[in-house]
Amino acid sequence: MKPPPFHYHDPRTVADAVSLLARLDNAKLLAGGQSLMPMLNMRFVLPDHVIDLNRVDGLSYIREREGALEIGAMTRQRELEFSDVVRTRCPLMHEAILQVGHRQTRNRGTIGGSLCHLDPAAELVSGAAALDATVTVAGPNGTREIAFADFPVAYMTPAIEPQEILTAVRLPIWPQGHGYAFIEFSRRHGDFAIVSAAALLEPDAGGKIARASVTLGGMGQGPVRGREVEQGLLGQAPGDDLFRELCESCRAIEAVDDIHASAGYRQHLAAVLARRALTKAASRLGAAGRPH
Amino acid sequence: MSEKLDITLNINGRDYPIRVEARKTLVDAIRDECGQTGTHIGCEHGVCGACTIILDDEAVRSCLMFAVQAVGKRIRTIEGLADGDNLHPLQRAFMEHHGLQCGFCTPGFLMLATNVLEKRPDIDDEELIDVLASNLCRCTGYQNIIKAVRAAAQEMRGK
Repeated sequence: MKPPPFHYHDPRTVADAVSLLARLDNAKLLAGGQSLMPMLNMRFVLPDHVIDLNRVDGLSYIREREGALEIGAMTRQRELEFSDVVRTRCPLMHEAILQVGHRQTRNRGTIGGSLCHLDPAAELVSGAAALDATVTVAGPNGTREIAFADFPVAYMTPAIEPQEILTAVRLPIWPQGHGYAFIEFSRRHGDFAIVSAAALLEPDAGGKIARASVTLGGMGQGPVRGREVEQGLLGQAPGDDLFRELCESCRAIEAVDDIHASAGYRQHLAAVLARRALTKAASRLGAAGRPH
Repeated sequence: MSEKLDITLNINGRDYPIRVEARKTLVDAIRDECGQTGTHIGCEHGVCGACTIILDDEAVRSCLMFAVQAVGKRIRTIEGLADGDNLHPLQRAFMEHHGLQCGFCTPGFLMLATNVLEKRPDIDDEELIDVLASNLCRCTGYQNIIKAVRAAAQEMRGK
């Protein structure tokens, strides 16, 4: 199908975009378009106004500052994919991005667009949750920061007010030598994951686990942290038996039934993929953070 | 809301001044307004890759952009691939290796492969298959497309 009629706006500054949002009813922000365009073409969304962010200055950058990567909302997924600083400082995100769609879609798709679209199975959404990211949004009263844990408020609904725009995301950097893995199960490569698992491990001086992050994507409304697994890992030496035992708790995570998989199958995948992600992360302990 | 905008698209080095609604997708503008019908429309929601073009040196799906967004950018389509009567090495390779049957997906595959080989002439098989997996072909079973792109890559590298 073809997109419905709308008024088109292409502001050059964030301030102009915010004032357009404040002034216009039923307006939709257009970032890379790799999710919004299909929804327009299928007429799942019918905006009166489309505000195109592609010509807004200053929203595309990747920089390291104060222990985190700061990434502009309109940074293309391909920029992240080929960024040395992302690959070396935030290898989890690098591994996640390789599983986002395809070459052509990553050439257009943006990190901010993916986070705001907030598909529960999206890799960047799970990556942001795993890393305890913070997002910055700009509105009529200036900017504010939102912890990513508070960002999803309902199915595909971010905690952004109608007059606000996501401008940046901050990804805390884990120390050199941490273990990381992002894996997913999908019917075909490039499809949305049925379930994905992200794992991060930080060892202490004696090789025991000092900090852990386990995130399941695709289960339901948004990414879910495997808190029981994370707690159980602390102070332990990494090992397959430990991972297998702890990850059984993922079978209790609430999951949705849909055309792609039953809830029970998702819960099974959650336990299996969480274990595999931890095993892979453990195998990389000591290596992350170095150029490879 | 159906107001029309005057824009100019640059396709294969030529300017096309056209008048389109903002909601006109880039692929529709390329085909209907500029008459360059070599770019095909498959699914219209970014799944099949048939409408792949090269926009400022990046392969993109032209059904997932509006024409107004391509103003000031260089668009390359299948019509610009051959040099007069001399087919591009990829086009020749697709013929020689039976990389097409009905031909509907072929312009998309050719523009994708062109973009990839221009950027990564030494691309390895694993990465090549990963890249080509983004486009759908219902005839060939893909093996001959992969063979064709590999052969063209060799030729373009000068063996």
